[in-house]
Amino acid sequence: MPANSFNGFTNYGVGIGLRIPHYRHIFERKPVVDWFEIISENFMVDGGRPLAVLDQILERYRVVQHGVSMYFGSAEPLNREHLRRLKALVRRTKTPWLSDHLCWGSVDGRYTHDLLPMPYTFEAAEVTARKIREARDFLEVPIAVENVSSYAEFHVSEMTEWEFLTQVVERADCGVLLDVNNIYVSSQNHNFDPLAYLNAVPAERVAQIHVAGHSKFEKYILDTHDHAVIDPVWKLYEHAIARTGVTATLLEWDDRIPSFDEVHAEARKAERYLPAPVADLAPV
Amino acid sequence: MTLAELQKRAAAAIMAPLTASDNMAVRWRREADALIKPNSRQQPLERLAIYSRSYWFRVLDCLYDDFPGLCAALGQRAFNRLSRAYLTERPSESFTLRNLGEGLEEWLREHPTYAGRHFDLALDMVRLEWAHIEAFDGPARKPLGPEDLLELGPELRLGLQPHLTLLELKYPVDDLRIAVNQRLEEHDSASNAVAERDRRRAFRRYRRMQPQAIHLAVHRAEDFVWYRRLETAEYRLLAALGQGLPIGEALEKTMRGSAFAEEQLGAAVQEWFAGWARMGWLCAAGGTNA
Repeated sequence: MPANSFNGFTNYGVGIGLRIPHYRHIFERKPVVDWFEIISENFMVDGGRPLAVLDQILERYRVVQHGVSMYFGSAEPLNREHLRRLKALVRRTKTPWLSDHLCWGSVDGRYTHDLLPMPYTFEAAEVTARKIREARDFLEVPIAVENVSSYAEFHVSEMTEWEFLTQVVERADCGVLLDVNNIYVSSQNHNFDPLAYLNAVPAERVAQIHVAGHSKFEKYILDTHDHAVIDPVWKLYEHAIARTGVTATLLEWDDRIPSFDEVHAEARKAERYLPAPVADLAPV
Repeated sequence: MTLAELQKRAAAAIMAPLTASDNMAVRWRREADALIKPNSRQQPLERLAIYSRSYWFRVLDCLYDDFPGLCAALGQRAFNRLSRAYLTERPSESFTLRNLGEGLEEWLREHPTYAGRHFDLALDMVRLEWAHIEAFDGPARKPLGPEDLLELGPELRLGLQPHLTLLELKYPVDDLRIAVNQRLEEHDSASNAVAERDRRRAFRRYRRMQPQAIHLAVHRAEDFVWYRRLETAEYRLLAALGQGLPIGEALEKTMRGSAFAEEQLGAAVQEWFAGWARMGWLCAAGGTNA
């Protein structure tokens, strides 16, 4: 939805991820960009260049935080030190919403640093929703959870991924960061209809959309974020926008990163699918 | 099966060491079959192996990115063996990969055979490279300027910047790490077989580096990490101040066994304090981070 309680009632337009190879271009050319998404963990540090860069960016641009290691779906409790550092960063960036993944990745305090797929069970939905609520109450900012790409499914699953997503976000009363590339990747890996997934997502909870490129291997597709977005993913994006309305959109490009202009131009292809111009969404 | 049980079993399989050919060991097949569904193209073990390889490649890459000097000191093959053994025994216990090498110095002391005859060189490099990480994004406190140091009494205690690490080393690994950085930059800008061969040759030369005791400060200034060699007495005085000793006691400790005559030391100390203040190394004892 254009602006809803899950994205802090904002309408941010089309953004890109803030990545190190682009720092010089951004600081020298000061390009017009609707917003930047940062990986929270890269800036949850005590000092030095990461925070200096972030402060410079915040002077000119709108920033939204995206995390990779909250692990709402891990059975163990939330990491308090992680939450404390995240809250300090939330206060620094004034992010209107914060996202992380619907996945697990840590066990007994040991971290895989990966986005592992959930078993789609009612127990997992309840555990995950409880942790999202706990994080939101502590951080005092709306949270959106992102559907991940997956390469394996568990026998114990009791529902589809989209049913699980709906269970979690409704129990937690949180937003969805809808990654249409991840839906495409998983649909190819698990043989389901991506439109069935998209049509089941509670559209009124979508706070943000991700698009990205991926890599195709002989037996599976990998979510590599190292290519332009392919047409079938743009088609899914078009379908998603038709359901959600104009929604903050972000292109992820994290490996073999081309020039800033190329990444930005790829992101702005999203505007072709938006019903209204976003030209009024200038940086702050 | 509960969520916790499933995650313990899946994580154990994913984080188990890969085979020499970077595959999951066949002994995990039964566990994969028990946990993971097959599809028309892949068996459960193949599907689980995507995650296992991804885990290992991620943490191995990260350790290499943080410790390129250690890799140069040991050689690629020995570094790989060491990395896999370290990460098997000490998987990440932090939400951030930034801390992956935090326990490497301690682990290497417990497992010196992984560095073989290059142990002292490797240990020095690990300490330098961890200090580099701490200096890069560690906390800073409000520094004392030259004006704050006009009236220093012997009872006064001073603190050091938390991002500053003092190292007493057996090898000049600062030179080695700088050379490695340069080589890696050249390699990035001209990636080809000749550059790779030159890099390997250069790294072999580094392993023949002769011991030379040095004292080093690794610190951050204007958001860049710097290495600065220290005289032995300067190192001792800084270390004593960092331990919280009052200035008078720290000076006495420095004098003991120092080659400096008392009057020489006085002049040197003034110069050192001025330099430390310029670099923002000194702060109030027991202060809070800026």
